[in-house]
Order: sequence, then C-alpha cells, then structure tokens
Amino acid sequence: MNLAYRDIKHNLLRFVLTNFGLSLLLGIVIVITGVYGGLIDDALRQARAANADLWVVEAGTNGPFAEASRIPGDTRELVSRVYGVERAGSVTYQSIQTELNGKPLRMFLIGFEPGRPGGPRNLLAGRDLLRSHYEMIVDRSAGLTLGQEVPLGTHGHMFTVVGLMRDELTASGDPVGYITLRDAQALQFELAPPAERREVARAGALQATDQINAVIAKVSPYVPITEVAGALSRWKHLTTLTQDQQETLLSKFVIEKARNQQRLIMVLLIIVSAVIIALIVYTLTMDKVRSIATLKFVGAPDRTIIGLIVQQALSMGIFGYFTGLALVLAFKPYFPRRLVLDPESVAAVFVITMVVCLVASTLGIRLALKVDPAEALSAAG
Amino acid sequence: MAETHRQAVVRVEGLSKYFGQGSARVNALLDINLEVYPGQVVGLMGPSGSGKTTLLNCIACILEPSRGRITLDGEVVYDDRWLKSDLRRLRLDKIGFIFQYPNLLPFLDGSDNVAVVLHLAGFGAAAAHGRAVELLDYLEVGHRKHAMPAQLSGGEAQRVAIARALANRPRIILADEPTAPLDSQRARIVMDMLRRIAVDQSAAIIVVTHDEMILDRFDHIFRLRDGRLVTDTVDRPPILEANVS
Repeated sequence: MNLAYRDIKHNLLRFVLTNFGLSLLLGIVIVITGVYGGLIDDALRQARAANADLWVVEAGTNGPFAEASRIPGDTRELVSRVYGVERAGSVTYQSIQTELNGKPLRMFLIGFEPGRPGGPRNLLAGRDLLRSHYEMIVDRSAGLTLGQEVPLGTHGHMFTVVGLMRDELTASGDPVGYITLRDAQALQFELAPPAERREVARAGALQATDQINAVIAKVSPYVPITEVAGALSRWKHLTTLTQDQQETLLSKFVIEKARNQQRLIMVLLIIVSAVIIALIVYTLTMDKVRSIATLKFVGAPDRTIIGLIVQQALSMGIFGYFTGLALVLAFKPYFPRRLVLDPESVAAVFVITMVVCLVASTLGIRLALKVDPAEALSAAG
Repeated sequence: MAETHRQAVVRVEGLSKYFGQGSARVNALLDINLEVYPGQVVGLMGPSGSGKTTLLNCIACILEPSRGRITLDGEVVYDDRWLKSDLRRLRLDKIGFIFQYPNLLPFLDGSDNVAVVLHLAGFGAAAAHGRAVELLDYLEVGHRKHAMPAQLSGGEAQRVAIARALANRPRIILADEPTAPLDSQRARIVMDMLRRIAVDQSAAIIVVTHDEMILDRFDHIFRLRDGRLVTDTVDRPPILEANVS
C-alpha cells in the first residue's frame, strides 16, 4: 500500500495546483539552462560556421570576435601562398541596425568572398549568393523572407534576401547575415553623402576600403596545422590563431560574463526552488501530523513515515519537472532567444531537481520524526 | 483478584510515573497494581487529572514510566526501564488501540484504514484486504468499506477504527473514551461489540471512560484518584469461556 500515492490521490487538486507553481519555477530553471546552452552554442557556431583551420588577424589582437582586427585586403593573397594552405578567404564582421516596416532590425553581417572559405554552409531555403552585389543570406530568426528587400548602409542600398539559414546567431542573439566582401567593405567604409562631400571639400584622402577583419585558411590534410601556423606567425604584422584557440576565446572569454550571469541565476533559482519545495513538503507534513501520529501509534516504523514524505517530495519534483519541461518545449519556438536543451543538460536539471527534493524533504522528515505518537490521543483536529 | 488460575494478559506492578523533579515533582501515578485477564473488559475511571490516560499510555508503551513493572501477554516489557528496543513493533504485534475519536487516515478508504495495520505487520495485499473486509463485516460496517472517512458517520467511523484495532488479532485492546463522541444508544452498541471481541479473540480490553451509562458493560472497574488506584471493584463475574478466533 503506497501511502504517498493514496494521499496525493486524495488531495489531487491541491497537489496539482500547489505543484503547478513549482513547475513554472522549474520551467524557468530549464529555460535558463537552454539559454546557457544556446549562448555557448551560438558563440561556437559563429566561429565554426567559417569552417576554418586557421584565423589570420591583426598583429597582437585576439580578433575578430574578441576584439577589433583590421588587416589589408591583400593579406589573403599572402596567406594563400604559404605552404600547406589549401584555400583562403577574406572575411569582415560588423553589427548593423536598420529599420524595416518601422521596426528596428539588428543583424551581424559577415562579408565573404563567394567560392572561398568563410561563407554560409547549410541553407534552409533559397540559394547561394550569385551576384556580386546586393544579395544576402540571413538567419530565419531575422523574420525576413526570400525575395524581401532590406535597406542597409548609409546610402540605403537595397539587399535582396536570396537564402535563409537556421540557428545562425551570435552569442548576443542577433541573427547572422552573409553578403559579398565588396558589399561588406562598402557598408563599413561608405560615408553618408554629406560627410563624403565634407571630406572632398577639405581635400582629405578618402579612407582605403580594401580592408578586412581576418583571413580564414583551410590547411591541406597532409600538412600539420601547427606547421602552417608556425610559418604564418613569422609575419610580424599578423597573428595566427588556430580554430581551437578561436573557439576558446569565444566560449571562455567573450561570453564569460554572460555565462557567469546565467550560472548565478541558475544557482539562485535552484536555491529558491529548494526553499519552496522544502516549504511545501513541510506544510504537507504539518497537515498530516495527526495521521503520522496515528501511524506511529499503530506501529508504523520510521522508514514508513520517511518513505511517505520522501515519495511525496520526489513526486512533486517529477511532476514539477516534467510539467515545466513540457511548458518550455511548448513555448520554445516563441522564446526571443535560441534555447539549446541537449539531453545531458536536461538530465542534469532532472537529477538536480531530485537531489533538491531529497534535501528539501529533510525538513519535513525532521518534523515527522519529532511527532509524538501520543498526539493521536489528543482531541480530534 | 480471583484470576490466579489463568495468566493475566496485562499485569502492572508497582507502576509509578512522575513528572518534573524535586519540589516541582508531580506524581501522576503512584504504585499502581492491576491485572487484566483474557476475555475481560475492564473500565478505568476517575476524574480529570487522576492519571487514567497516563496509565493507558504507559501500558500502550507510549509513555515511559518512572518505575515499576509491566508485563504484556506474558512478556515483561518494562522493569524500571524498557526491555524492548522496538516499542512500535511491540504495539503492532500485541496492542490494538481505539482512540476517543476514530483517527482514521483521511486519505484511505474504510477497508484500507484497517488493512494498513496488516501491511505494516507484513501481510500481503490480498490477505490484508481480505482480513479487513472480514473485520468490517464482523462489525457490521462492511457495506462502507469503500467510503472515505469523511463520508462515514461517527458510529461507522468508530467501528472502522475498532476494526483497525482488531486487525492484527492483538491480545490487548486499549480504548480511550471510545464512546465519548457517540450517543448513549451507539455507545452501548460499541461496548457490546467490545465485549463480543474480548470473548471471541480472548483479548483483554481496558477502556478509559467517564460514561456512567456503560458501567454495566465492564467486568471490573478500576478507579483512580490523584494517581492512586482507590478501588478495584468486581461488578460482574469474569467471562471465562473464550473463543480464540
């Protein structure tokens, strides 16, 4: 006879209502886990999307994601000639904000040379860039559709969306867009017409536009990457980072503060959950003091009483967790940030929830074990 | 007492219980001696504060006496200290308790409230349920076996509580004011039931009561005053024939 199950069944509505609040709390814990996973995944995707073996950036910098890097456009030609480099491509990175249908639209634009490393890999719909100008491929989270035109830059050039990608976001959640390198350079260095006229009037030299943020190199499978990196590092005006170093920079340092914030929120939520579970278990035990006294009086051993409380605490955790998970999965598509709920994280939250329930139930167990069987003799409650 | 030819199921010798120490000491029980034999229903009476419930709790192994000796079903369980380490198991095996109020577990139906004791004693589900239904039928409340405690009348609930006390076939049944919440007619029915159980199960039943209307249902009445046993009245001859079920 499972006393915990009978008690829950007897007070089913109260159990469901009480634990619905808990499920919302556990749902938030799961959301934060998903946001945390999404943060790391997005950061790594940003670096992995380039499919690079080596990143050649400005000397003494950790560019292009961790800090600014600017190198001459012809660096790609130099890198291509190094022994072991199979292919190389120039890339630029810039955040832009434009306005579409009266609403702001933020994007992280990557300029690349079509046919060279650094471009988009998997398209969800549409095609690659075929024209040299004014075409773009964007992540679908930007809310754009194929064929839609988007004004970009100070001159308001209209870019046509020709391809859509999925799950290509920056660590800050902005959708990624790809345009040709030439367009990207134009957007970076193009001045607004009044500013351009002023520059001409003061006879100032217009800024050189053939600048890039990095060169991405693919190394031949027959040559060790470290050997090529060593060769490139002999150029003192450049710094070479391996893909592993780039990923470490992104996942450990660039998003470190955000990761710590997420972790702190998660720890706080788990503590709050533990307190709430402990209070619920304690209250449920308080409600059963007379029943517990009666059980003790008729000879129930402590393990029966402890089993009753622990099973109820675990039932709460299981109910709260799975209801919370179901709510998160149901509302995941509408969440403003990408949630990455890998099985390991989901299982880890479940295990943490169960441990929290067990720890929280100790308060109820302490109360139950203190109940004097003689309380069963007192006047009816 | 004239029961020396049979072994007492409950024997209390020189039992005292004090609360507090020194000048603040209160003598709740002083040198109590009593014996209850199989098939007997005895009453424990006295004014409030006389020590009735304290004595019942000591016999039920709920409250530790200060000194004395308690023998239950031939086994010495207290001799100036508890001689048994697992008193709950002792209660489960030897003692059935009927509370003033039924104290049924609100989340179990009638039959499960009885069966729970058998589960605790290690009975299988089918055997426990069968015995529970059998007892409820015996107490004429079998038709309410699926009713939750909140759906039972006071008399029905008290009979389910009696069934629970009998579930494990205890040799000792202790009842604390079992008729207090009942009207006089139902009180007599419950007392008759206890008399029948005492005979059928060869059990010793001790009933704490204030109810003068049910005095004729007792074989003996022990009267307590200020923690002392003042009279040991034999009101009617003990029932010597007992059917052990």
